[in-house]
Amino acid sequence: MSDDNVTDSELQAYADARLAGERARAVEAWLASRPDDAERVQSYRRLGEELRRAYDPVLDEPLPAWLGGPRTSRRRWHLVARVASWFVLGAALGAIGGWYVRDSRTVSASRGDAATVMAYRAAVAHAVYSPEVRHPVEVGADQEAHLVAWLSKRLGTPLRAPKLDSVGYSLVGGRLLPGDSGPVAHFMYQSDKGSRITLYVRSDMSGNRETAFRYAREGNVGVFYWIDNKIGYAISSSDLTKDALFAVANTAYQQLNPP
Amino acid sequence: MNEAERMVELIPRLRRYARALVGDRAAADDLVQDTLERAWAKLHLYRRGTDLRAWLFTVMHNVHVNKVRAARPTDPLDDGMPELALRAPQGDALVVRDLDRSISRLPEEQRSVLLLVTLEDMSYDEVARTLGIPIGTVMSRLSRAREKLRAMMLGVPAPAKLKVVK
Repeated sequence: MSDDNVTDSELQAYADARLAGERARAVEAWLASRPDDAERVQSYRRLGEELRRAYDPVLDEPLPAWLGGPRTSRRRWHLVARVASWFVLGAALGAIGGWYVRDSRTVSASRGDAATVMAYRAAVAHAVYSPEVRHPVEVGADQEAHLVAWLSKRLGTPLRAPKLDSVGYSLVGGRLLPGDSGPVAHFMYQSDKGSRITLYVRSDMSGNRETAFRYAREGNVGVFYWIDNKIGYAISSSDLTKDALFAVANTAYQQLNPP
Repeated sequence: MNEAERMVELIPRLRRYARALVGDRAAADDLVQDTLERAWAKLHLYRRGTDLRAWLFTVMHNVHVNKVRAARPTDPLDDGMPELALRAPQGDALVVRDLDRSISRLPEEQRSVLLLVTLEDMSYDEVARTLGIPIGTVMSRLSRAREKLRAMMLGVPAPAKLKVVK
């Protein structure tokens, strides 16, 4: 048992009372002849005690009103997205305090609800197809009428490709994808700078009634998504900020679900 | 108990860590709120039976890092932080304020390691996994954090000693 190779890591562990038996005794012996280092270790312990004394009181604070309330200083669109996400969060967490109406929809608390799963799938589809150079879509925008007719027929509901030129995106085309229980329509748009966004549409959301506009992030892909009238929509981007993607998603949303 | 209920149970601990990490009460609560929303949206990535606390703190770490990157750089020595609303005994009030300011002067990467070890009592292994760094890096950041704080705190006269005057 040598006490002459005590490492700094061991001193840290000793200060935290995490050093086991033999090494702890070795450190103790080492420190016995080094008062400056012993004082150092003591100061580490005092620091820990002070940190806990300073911050442990937070554990006993009642959860503040922010956990359900809107922030009036935020811009309105942010409020909408946040309110929407609180519906899901609040329903799952049993609505701690808060001002929103308790949601009567059942939300599957364990794996995320169907809309969230859809957003995840849309993000994956975006990640898979948006980098494609030669085959980003199956049918191009030059055959838009045919594309929309084809996908509408497969999904069993009339679809349309929203016009996103006002926010700088033009239709590249689309393809048909398999969802977990049926076909999915996938539209791709591109900006002048080559940035791409995709619109993922599925028509078999019958068990799920409407959701408000929601935002999620999967890795570096941001997704705005919603369910309306049994149809689920998700707009994805991997290079737009949440603000910028909101502008695009909101434009699509206004066209796809006019009030 | 399902994950949602366990997440609720962990909220006070997330708040404590966020408060110490970020200093400002409002920003800390923002961070916890964003963490919960993100954790909820990504809950399908959490593997049941694994450590939910560690997973949540990892989510918080990632949310925080993204926020820090997105924010405009501020002067790290800026003392314009609101006072912590803590009921510290009179004699310790100075110490608490200095402690808070001192840890805000630590580089963020050192601060997070120190707080996870001292406040959350996470093992060095858990800290490594939560922050996505090697355990050797955990130990060196912990060591540097403590040394830096020790140097800062030594420059502050302890209020208790002033009571010696008779």
